[in-house]
Amino acid sequence: MLKIKDLKASVDGKEILKGINLEVKAGEVHAIMGPNGSGKSTLASVLAGRADYEVTGGSVEFLGKNLLDLAPEERAGEGVFLAFQYPVEIPGVSNTNFLKTAVNEIRQYRKQEPLDSVTFLNIMKEKMKLVEIDQALLKRSLNEGFSGGEKKRNEIFQMAMLEPKLSILDETDSGLDIDALRIVANGVNKLKSKETASIVVTHYQRLLDYIVPDFVHVLYNGRIVKSGTKELAFELEEKGYDWIKNEVKAGSAV
Amino acid sequence: MSENIKILEEITSSEYKYGFETKIEADSAPKGLNEDIVKFISAKKNEPQWLLEWRLKAYRHWLTLTEPHWQNVNYPAINYQDIIYYSAPKPKVKLNSLDEIDPELKATFDKLGISLDEQKRLSGVAVDAVMDSVSVATTYKGKLAEQGIIFCSLSEAVQEHPELIKKYLGSVVPMTDNYFAALNSAVFSDGSFVYIPKGVRCPMELSTYFRINAANTGQFERTLIVAEDSSYVSYLEGCTAPMRDENQLHAAVVELIAMDNAEIKYSTVQNWYPGDKDGKGGIYNFVTKRGICSGVNSKISWTQVETGSSITWKYPSVILKGDNSIGEFYSVAVTNNMQQADTGTKMIHIGKNTKSRIVSKGISAGKSQNSYRGLVEVMKRAENARNFSQCDSLLMGDKCGAHTFPYIEVKNNTATVEHEATTSKIGEDQIFYCNQRGIGTEAAVALIVNGYCKEVLNQLPMEFAVEAQKLLAISLEGSVG
Repeated sequence: MLKIKDLKASVDGKEILKGINLEVKAGEVHAIMGPNGSGKSTLASVLAGRADYEVTGGSVEFLGKNLLDLAPEERAGEGVFLAFQYPVEIPGVSNTNFLKTAVNEIRQYRKQEPLDSVTFLNIMKEKMKLVEIDQALLKRSLNEGFSGGEKKRNEIFQMAMLEPKLSILDETDSGLDIDALRIVANGVNKLKSKETASIVVTHYQRLLDYIVPDFVHVLYNGRIVKSGTKELAFELEEKGYDWIKNEVKAGSAV
Repeated sequence: MSENIKILEEITSSEYKYGFETKIEADSAPKGLNEDIVKFISAKKNEPQWLLEWRLKAYRHWLTLTEPHWQNVNYPAINYQDIIYYSAPKPKVKLNSLDEIDPELKATFDKLGISLDEQKRLSGVAVDAVMDSVSVATTYKGKLAEQGIIFCSLSEAVQEHPELIKKYLGSVVPMTDNYFAALNSAVFSDGSFVYIPKGVRCPMELSTYFRINAANTGQFERTLIVAEDSSYVSYLEGCTAPMRDENQLHAAVVELIAMDNAEIKYSTVQNWYPGDKDGKGGIYNFVTKRGICSGVNSKISWTQVETGSSITWKYPSVILKGDNSIGEFYSVAVTNNMQQADTGTKMIHIGKNTKSRIVSKGISAGKSQNSYRGLVEVMKRAENARNFSQCDSLLMGDKCGAHTFPYIEVKNNTATVEHEATTSKIGEDQIFYCNQRGIGTEAAVALIVNGYCKEVLNQLPMEFAVEAQKLLAISLEGSVG
């Protein structure tokens, strides 16, 4: 589904990603872990197409298409979804109105008829249950005055509505208490299928107690320095990132 | 500065879709202004002597005034002798009914989305269509007359209801009020007159659609609305003009009078030609709008969506004379490219327990300048007056400007006056967030801007709120890409 080859990217002339290689197949869950500043969020942003990040080398293929050639909204149309670490607020635009616009824009991209209001509301009701989101949140302005947990839950709700093929969760666990974390993770798990894949970017292992990854990669200093299964996450939790840093320093990793 | 700034610049370079010109024979006055022109206009309209004298008095007063330049806008000097002050589409035959309107004219209004055909017209809206200096048609007159409502062109009202015109014309905006009001009083050509009798709730929206067509012509219309005790009316005006390289002057006067317990809701969707990207052409929109809540418990509410004109300069105001009266001003002013706007309101509290509310949303894009200027004045007698003002500015790109000039004068210490102001930019983060959800940048800007203006758009009658939303999107097209 997704093939990242030797991806390099910089911000304001400073190289952050120094050659990422990663392949994600349908049905898989990949966790990307790493210390602060290792380039985890940059990778998520580059995949989504944020303009501040300049891709300086490498390639990204998504379902046979060159992802880097596509505008952010086209990537969304192709089925790439990013759950933001810091979801933005848009005053005056109701959550429902925003979602309806998004759903229909994506449908238009896929040359599908727009959903009428009744069908849309029915789908919305169904997905609301899935992620245990309060109806009141849908009437409010997008993310405005939402608590941290509500914002994250809303991201997962949007994900449910947009039915992406590849979901990238950027530190979705940050700022969540354990109940919110469980609800968010449940939502993600329920949306999982053989046809879809997820990349879960996280600093801590605890999210992976709920969303069990097939693969764990450790990002450090712009490169994936270690890959493994979920056991790697436990090892990281136990030993801390210094272990990886030291390994890299000693030249034993890569 | 990144990608989005470039994008903003692209989006703010939209096309004006009403810029066509109708080829129609016109009956015009020669260029220039003097007493003979004033007499010519008055004679064309077959006006009574008192009105001619009123016009001449205004003209003579205008000669003693100088054009004001305190507003925060810049434009080359206007040559008042280079303007045509009267132009009327020549009727091919004398009209007996709406069906006999020149098809060319009808087609023009159809193209603008204003059908003069009553059957085709949005139900529940009566329209007075004004082209250049004259009203060409008023729909639903008969139906409204059944309830004693008068809705007709001002010229017609002068003939049919002279006593009302004589009583109210210039009663809220005196001919001596300001430079442009004096000019208008001298040469005003047409406009709408609305009279709602005691206790009548006007059953439909009343609407006037202004169209400047002829070249080198100024448009000087007047609107006069009188709402008797316990009556209600909702009125809407819309306006467009062809694209021309030279600037055209629009100096209108609007007067509203609300008696005891009466309510007037006045909405404007202003879309005069804004000029091209480099600021060439466009309408100078120098308008005096004022309402008086003369009776107790009366209410006047102004809502405006200003997207057009190369320069907009107006302050729809309310004089809160009656005790417990309420004045409201809801405004969205969009400036793009080289447009300039200096707009706001005046709320003059005279009566006791009077309340006013001001919600102003400015949006600046391109290299435009957008100013809010407002006055809240609480007079000595105005016990317990309350005002709340909120002035927000939204900037798109880094070449535009937003300015706020709030003036507050309080002469009674029981007054409560609140003022809030914010300035924000459409964030790249917001746009990227929308993009990531599949919403293209133009649609994202429209969504964000509509959200920002929601409080004002909610005040518009429903059919027009939809129009206004579209208009906002079109006005900002090309300002983000």
